[in-house]
Amino acid sequence: MATTAATSGHHDTDTEHHHKLGFIRTYIFSTDHKMIAKQFLIVSLLFLLLGGLLAGLVRWQLGFPGQPIPFIGGLFSDTTAPGGIVLPEFYNALVTMHATFMIFFAIMPLLVGVWGNFLIPLQIGAPDMAFPRLNTASFWISVPAGFLMLASFFVDGGAAGAGWTAYAPLSANSEYSGVHMGQILWLVSLTILGFSSITGAVNYVTTVINMRAPGMTWFRLPLPVWALFITSWLLLLAIPILTGGLIMLLFDQTIGTGFFNAPTDGEPLLWQHIFWYFGHPEVYILILPAMGLVSEVISNRSRKPIFGYHAMVIAIASIAFLGWVVWGHHMFQSGMNPLLGTTFMISTIVIAVPSAIKTFNWMGTLWRGDIHFDAPMLHALAFVSMFVIGGLSGIFMASAPVDIYIHDTYFIVAHLHYVLFGGSLFGIFAGITFWFPKMFGRMMSPTLGKIHFWLTFVAYNAVFFPMHNLGLKGHMRRIYDPNQYEFLQPLQGLNTFITIAAFVLISSQLIFAVNFFWSMYAGEKAVQNPWKSNTLEWTAAGHPPGHGNFPGGTPRVHRGPYEYSSPKSTDDFLPQIVPPDRVLRPAVPHEPSPLVTGD
Amino acid sequence: MTSHAHAVHGDMMVPDQTFEPGMRIYNMKLGMWVFLLSEVMFFTSLIGTYIILRFAHPDHFADPGVVLNVTLTAFNTFFLICSSVTMVKAFAAIQKGDQKGLKLWLLATIVIGAAFVGIQAVEYATLAEEGFVPAAAEYHAVGRAAHEAGAAGAAGAEAPIVGGPLYGATFYTMTGFHGAHVSIGVLCLIFVLIRAMRGSYTAADHRGVELIGLYWHFVDLVWIILFTIVYLI
Amino acid sequence: MENWSWLLDQSASTVGPEIDRLYYWILWITGIVFVATEVTLVWFLVKYRHREGRKAEYIHGNTKVEIVWTAVPAVIVLWIALASRSLWAEIKDPAHIPPNSMRVLVTAKQFEWNVTYPGPDEELGTGDDFTVRNRLDIPMGRPTALLLQSEDVIHSFFVPLFRLKQDVVPGMDTHMWFEPTRTGVFPIGCAELCGIGHTRMRGTLTVHAAADYQTWVNEQLPAPPAPPAPPAP
Repeated sequence: MATTAATSGHHDTDTEHHHKLGFIRTYIFSTDHKMIAKQFLIVSLLFLLLGGLLAGLVRWQLGFPGQPIPFIGGLFSDTTAPGGIVLPEFYNALVTMHATFMIFFAIMPLLVGVWGNFLIPLQIGAPDMAFPRLNTASFWISVPAGFLMLASFFVDGGAAGAGWTAYAPLSANSEYSGVHMGQILWLVSLTILGFSSITGAVNYVTTVINMRAPGMTWFRLPLPVWALFITSWLLLLAIPILTGGLIMLLFDQTIGTGFFNAPTDGEPLLWQHIFWYFGHPEVYILILPAMGLVSEVISNRSRKPIFGYHAMVIAIASIAFLGWVVWGHHMFQSGMNPLLGTTFMISTIVIAVPSAIKTFNWMGTLWRGDIHFDAPMLHALAFVSMFVIGGLSGIFMASAPVDIYIHDTYFIVAHLHYVLFGGSLFGIFAGITFWFPKMFGRMMSPTLGKIHFWLTFVAYNAVFFPMHNLGLKGHMRRIYDPNQYEFLQPLQGLNTFITIAAFVLISSQLIFAVNFFWSMYAGEKAVQNPWKSNTLEWTAAGHPPGHGNFPGGTPRVHRGPYEYSSPKSTDDFLPQIVPPDRVLRPAVPHEPSPLVTGD
Repeated sequence: MTSHAHAVHGDMMVPDQTFEPGMRIYNMKLGMWVFLLSEVMFFTSLIGTYIILRFAHPDHFADPGVVLNVTLTAFNTFFLICSSVTMVKAFAAIQKGDQKGLKLWLLATIVIGAAFVGIQAVEYATLAEEGFVPAAAEYHAVGRAAHEAGAAGAAGAEAPIVGGPLYGATFYTMTGFHGAHVSIGVLCLIFVLIRAMRGSYTAADHRGVELIGLYWHFVDLVWIILFTIVYLI
Repeated sequence: MENWSWLLDQSASTVGPEIDRLYYWILWITGIVFVATEVTLVWFLVKYRHREGRKAEYIHGNTKVEIVWTAVPAVIVLWIALASRSLWAEIKDPAHIPPNSMRVLVTAKQFEWNVTYPGPDEELGTGDDFTVRNRLDIPMGRPTALLLQSEDVIHSFFVPLFRLKQDVVPGMDTHMWFEPTRTGVFPIGCAELCGIGHTRMRGTLTVHAAADYQTWVNEQLPAPPAPPAPPAP
């Protein structure tokens, strides 16, 4: 905890000392923020894979209803998919657990756990997090939470099947759902995960406020740090609300309290209010860090300063702020007072404005740039173009009368996947491909990266774009067998098409996995600053840097992070660390960097 | 909360000067404040639920003193406020480097805190015996007067049930989580006391004492709010 | 490929065309923005792709442009919100239920819709009420007001072609109304995950011509109150 005491003077001894750490302290219970970031990365990529496979099973049932799952169908128990044919209760569990794993165990840690840990100290010039041991705890608290969630598949009654939103009373009483232990494990697991998120957020907030390198003023922070900082505040303030709700729901499910159960005069809608009061900030927790990563990549790969840096920061902050007053738009059709609906409609629709500002600013950054189409940039551009679709489709449901029709249909499923996959996940891929060399010291294969990108981009759109059309035909979400409804039967062809595209999408991720693990050991060795970036992490020696990050001592920052193509430099970049009296020299070489030693 | 502005500082009680100026308080103190903000949101969800359910179903709740023993809890509340005073004393002592004072006042805080939890446990046991329980199906609180009359064998055994299950559920959830916070605080105080006995705190560095102090005052403050809305209104 | 259409199927209720009009407005606006944005994006990508010897321009932003692209979307989306407001109130505000509506009670439970009709006296809760499972039958030319209740979990009453959707929450009385614009049989679905049988919780809404409706009601009445037998000629 006394990291702050580890001032520049002691670094050399510190580094040597840490080289002697054993395997366990280095790889398992490491307190090094970069190792913890990698731990989060590996574990949450596994959960991403699991979430994808669960989605595959969901899609199988919808594309080929009532047919046995091919190849692996025999592996399922009689209570889930006897003979490979998915049962309705298992389908509900699949839908619920797909969303739960993706949101809480894949996207959230992939954005916050990985990049909060990896980028915050490196980009602000800190030797580590403010509380390294708390950081270790944050990761290791999340592991048992994941195991509990996984275990719920194997308990009596199966995994939770009340949707990731766990609407009470379906989630509050096993009499209604047939799931008791699974729901309890779901609740306990998310409660534990909340502790992990909060300890992480306390760390990020403290680190950003108190541990910025001299000269790293607020408006010289790279945008990923801004996004992660604001996201951390959302986590801090939103997660405890969920925890309170989860605990009360847990009491309803276990000791028979009546918070959300109608027969005891409990209020089912109160659960929805609590859930979405957390849930809408959560939506922004899932997108803001990706916006930060994408801003970094777009500015760097366009070799141009980010367009409207201050507007970008203000837009992130206003999205985060507005996120607290819009939760009711998830509840337009819930029976909530219609007058409240009007208020929520107006606040919701206002969010389109900062979102539009961000999109236009990204395009402004590209304008008159010098655009390099590397894998990170392709993913970042996919983020922008897909976020446009997700943002625009959001306007339909923000209009409450139109929402009457499309609420709880596949239109919503399409919308949320355009934001969460088209947005967050492409942002994550942009981040991983961009910072991979800093994390592992090697470059990812550009060819495999591009193949993976194009397959993913095409298959992704083939999966999710037609879902808009399903929704417009009235196709409800979360239904096990749409063919039960005569008017949905003509949509079976479209459903089958989506399922086949989904299998292409899932299989394409194999290319990413191969690229990721192969490059880790056999990729081309990365140079010091492969993307010719301005931010501090690329000036820290080593991939990844050793303990303490900046062996020459805390770096001094002289300018903003996006000084690309500045006339002051003859090269097309000007790192934050270069002192003003050195910027006019002929070239700022990038390999080997003179900055490695911190001058 | 005593400001440490007037105190004599060592290097550890201020932020690391090698960095850009941040909040001008040392990391752990900033972290504690930030953490307490998230605690505020946690109690907001529980207290908010109570307020909403009470407005929606006033018939589930009872007037002050009918079910809950206000006198006992008022006494307990006074106790907890005293523990905030002893905590301040402990902090003031170590600011002056008074090791003996630190240990003494920490011990006093621990004893009072533990007593608070103990009295709360007794209160819970009594209430449960009177039928005031969290589980909806078993809720049959008749109120203290009727229960005593019933126990004495007089008429009152058949007294009507006072309030409803939402009362029990919200009461135990709110006060229970507060009690858990006090208990965790007591454990942390014991840890701090052990460190104090080893002489780990000095006038120059007594961050642990300040941190537990912040937490302790927060928990007291939450209790004053809970006492007001649960017992008095 | 008609399933790829962005057109809505023809609605069958009075509010349907209004919702659809709003939908098409938003479709046009977002469609134009979508095409304009994506085309510009691709154009930039082609035009400003990396070429040897060319450097990006050093531009940090442009306040004037940024104000424009903040203000324009703000005006557009606020217009959408305002345009939506009155329609929303018309559909969902119970104060807007037409007084001459036929009142029907819909009780949802896992996994069926039980529809209770007021019977000849047009009053719910009287002896001549009758209940039909998974069938809602209404006459043309008159609005229908539904009272929605649930016996267990949350369901959602969804009639796609009527552009109607309303969650049914246990413990709550929810009101909604609509008026058909054509006769026919329309599907009813459940749009809120309600358990294992969610997918088969469906029914039909039949709109009868006004004259035929009475016949249908008479068929449903359990034992038509025997009219005094006409004396045999």
